[in-house]
Amino acid sequence: MLAWTIYISFLGAAALLLLPRGSTASARILALLTAIAGFAIALAAFVHNRTGEMQTITRVPWIPSLGIEYHLAADGISLTLVLLTGIIAITGILFSWDIEERTKDFFAFYLLLIGAVYGVFLSYDLFLLFVFYEIVIIPKYFLIATWGSTRREYGAMKLAIYSFVGSAMVLIGLIAAYVTAGSKTTSLDTLAHFPFSHHFQMLAFPLVFVGFAILAGLWPFHTWAPTGHVAAPTAASMLLAGVVMKLGAYGCLRVAMVLFPAGLGPWSFHVLGLGSWRDVFAILAVIGIIYGASVALVQKDFKFVIGYSSVSHMGFILLGLMTLNQIGLSGAVMQMVSHGLLAGLLFAVVGRMVYARTHTREFYLLGRMNLNRAIPFAAVAFVLAGMAAMGLPGFSGFVAELMILIGTWHAYPLLAIFVGLGIILGVVYIWRAMQKAFFSESRTESPASHHEPLPPISLPERIGAIILIAASVLVGIYPQMLLNVIMPALNSPLFEGLRKGSWQ
Amino acid sequence: MTSINYAQLLQLALPQVIVVATALIVMAVDLLPLRRSATRVRFAVAATLGSLGCAVAILRIILAPAQANILDSTLIANPLTHLVQIALLALTIFTLLISADSDFTEHIGEFVLLILVATAGMMFLVGTQDLLVIFISLELLSLSLYILAAFNKRSAQSWEAALKYFLFGGMSAAFLLFGFSLLYGLSNSTSLAVIAATLHGPSLNPLLVIAIVTTAIGLGFKIAAAPFHFWAPDVYLGAPAPSAAFIASSSKVASFFIFFQVMALGFVGVEGTASLPHVVRGWIPVLALMAALSMLLGNLVAIRQTSLRRLLAYSAIAHAGYMLLAIVAHTQQSLAALIYYVITYALTTLGAFAVIAIVEEQRGSDHLSNFDGLSRQAPVLSFSLAIFILSLAGIPPLAGFFGKFYLFVTVIKSTPNPASLLWLVVLAIAMSAVSLYYYLRVLKHVYVAPPSEHAAKIHTPLLTQIVVLVLAAAVIILGCAPNLILKSILAAIQSSGL
Repeated sequence: MLAWTIYISFLGAAALLLLPRGSTASARILALLTAIAGFAIALAAFVHNRTGEMQTITRVPWIPSLGIEYHLAADGISLTLVLLTGIIAITGILFSWDIEERTKDFFAFYLLLIGAVYGVFLSYDLFLLFVFYEIVIIPKYFLIATWGSTRREYGAMKLAIYSFVGSAMVLIGLIAAYVTAGSKTTSLDTLAHFPFSHHFQMLAFPLVFVGFAILAGLWPFHTWAPTGHVAAPTAASMLLAGVVMKLGAYGCLRVAMVLFPAGLGPWSFHVLGLGSWRDVFAILAVIGIIYGASVALVQKDFKFVIGYSSVSHMGFILLGLMTLNQIGLSGAVMQMVSHGLLAGLLFAVVGRMVYARTHTREFYLLGRMNLNRAIPFAAVAFVLAGMAAMGLPGFSGFVAELMILIGTWHAYPLLAIFVGLGIILGVVYIWRAMQKAFFSESRTESPASHHEPLPPISLPERIGAIILIAASVLVGIYPQMLLNVIMPALNSPLFEGLRKGSWQ
Repeated sequence: MTSINYAQLLQLALPQVIVVATALIVMAVDLLPLRRSATRVRFAVAATLGSLGCAVAILRIILAPAQANILDSTLIANPLTHLVQIALLALTIFTLLISADSDFTEHIGEFVLLILVATAGMMFLVGTQDLLVIFISLELLSLSLYILAAFNKRSAQSWEAALKYFLFGGMSAAFLLFGFSLLYGLSNSTSLAVIAATLHGPSLNPLLVIAIVTTAIGLGFKIAAAPFHFWAPDVYLGAPAPSAAFIASSSKVASFFIFFQVMALGFVGVEGTASLPHVVRGWIPVLALMAALSMLLGNLVAIRQTSLRRLLAYSAIAHAGYMLLAIVAHTQQSLAALIYYVITYALTTLGAFAVIAIVEEQRGSDHLSNFDGLSRQAPVLSFSLAIFILSLAGIPPLAGFFGKFYLFVTVIKSTPNPASLLWLVVLAIAMSAVSLYYYLRVLKHVYVAPPSEHAAKIHTPLLTQIVVLVLAAAVIILGCAPNLILKSILAAIQSSGL
């Protein structure tokens, strides 16, 4: 049943293409219904699977001569992320209700992207996972290049090339693993239990991990993220930050770390005090956290602040993965959900509520408009999202960051200090953005800036914002809801190699 | 030497005979009853007759699959040759159908005749393992292609392209013949199997080295591998669209197949290795070098192109580089990968040229800016073009992706130590990441750029539209379910024991 999340999105995309030209309203409604249907299926499956263990959805031979199967399966981690995808899909459509130009093309690409994202989260065969992972690239490019804003063609191409380079690295690693294991199967389960040689894992792990981590915004391969996010139309930045970056993190966890757990083990030597790939990536993740936050602190463009904040928050996820302890890994998955919801909301406020009305994202121009009085709803939404992103208790961000912090404390006590610094910087840049954009008491108020009142926040936007805030609060108040399925998934036989290796 | 049974010979060559007979019929019909009819009618009739002839030949191969090996492999019929011949005939049918709506020439009978004769040449080419027959059928193919490239007599570009093609082709044929004569001198036979048996030995004498290099040059020219690619951009640009499509698709299938056979069957024992840094002399390092050069040059130069045809030419050079890897690997599985790759690649290029032909005819040239906003004026055509381009880029779930995946897997698997050819595969994958840039640029013009104001509405002839859609569907279906043809390719290779 869960497989229908994929099919229904693809069918929706195909149906949109067949609509007659100019049918804007029906295109929107069709897209929204498709996204709601996908979410409903995901929710039903989530409620149904209370144990969080891996359950096969579909398994049929696909290319028997190569041992490739069409194998979809879901455990607690995939279910959680599928649910997140459903929420982001719906709200993304609500926040692009105003797209007038080539509406049906826009939503067709959008649903194609959503369907492929569902596919990645549900694939249990590496070949299949890779197929979906690459399908994601193309609609992303067109969404940004066609409907984007600032330097859209540059941003779109940069994003596409970065993603493709990353997936090329993954492909090399996968082919090598497949052939080394006797080229009989591409099943994740079988390959995860294949005893690859230590030497092989040491080489393959960084290759595949970095390949996926490029999409997760690992410093220094993050540069596509701010430009891509800023260039993208609102719905596309929500998807990019909300779920596409999670694909990278998910790939790191599900493929790179599961296939090559020995690659995380210590080297026989030390370079600059680093003794394993795990140390290297943990340091890079922390640099990402601090760097993203510091750069966000000095931006003049509102959307760039959010773009760099994504880099910072994705650093938390990668760091959580590198802690290799239960609480850190669960925290990483929680942060995927939390950041998905919050980045979606932040981009929605900046891109749709503010930019689409004021046509500027420069702080010094926004400051003159007294936005807290002109569009109070946007201000409230941003304050709430900002509080959640800072990690205030009661929101999803708090739980996730706390878990990662504890995990880091166990694994890398020294780095925990820097993570704390990163959290403080997070408070500062959100505060600064909030103050400059919404609550700047402008003394030089010119009458010219008020000659036209800003259009009020529309109903779809309100609904979308409320859904995202509610989801974040729900996760923040009752994290057990997700942890109940994430923890058992991390204890499943699939992660055995990782546990036996260096799990603490 | 066995005595010749002419009845059996004729029976084996019957599909080729059917194709040639069709060619003559088409010529006669076009010259006698239809002489005064409109170009459109004449082309439609000639293309239909030609396609019917090819269809009959396909039926003959399917219904009466003979297995034979006459005169020390001079003429061979086995499931593998049948499979490739069927593919060639099908590609010819598609070529004829997309040319049916064009009007670049009045000599329609001759045009269709040349295409069919070239097809017959290719069918002989894949059905032999004898140097002499290989050379003769290769020349039959090449001479037809030179004329086809020059067929648009109104265009100076077409002349130039053909002349270039002819001059380079003549030279490469000389190289090939030189290599073949050395091989004959070394082994006293023209049969690949006998040559292999004679050459077998640890020593690599200088004559053999020359034979290897000149043979590789001669055949490398046919597949447009760097550094013997100079004709490709001009021919792709200058030749009339159907000719260019034919040169870019069918002739590639036949040439790659015979290249593989000559190398894998004829030069047994002198392979050498291309594993860095311990290269052993032989033909593998030569081909590995050609492959690496083609991938680098094709992909890097394609970035700068502004004409879609030239872009496709450089991308063809790059793809020739990828496909050469299969020959470097020379295992049964890599042959299967090569056949899958080259057939799907041929379908893709054919479709792309069909779209180019339409846009060119209505907007004047194949410059990328003429594709601006195509998606809003011809959605079906643009969708198909997007499928073809993305398949060339290797995006799943299209045929180009599985082709690459399978090819790379078989190449790594071909040696006992998976790492020895890894550098070539890494280069290929890295270069295909580069290629996404220029392929996306094409699609940017089609989907993102707004149409220019004075651009006329695109009118697509119904037949071409159907053919293009069928080709796009084939690329999608073969990509989603590669097993459809992979199974028969593997079975054919198994039973032919290559």
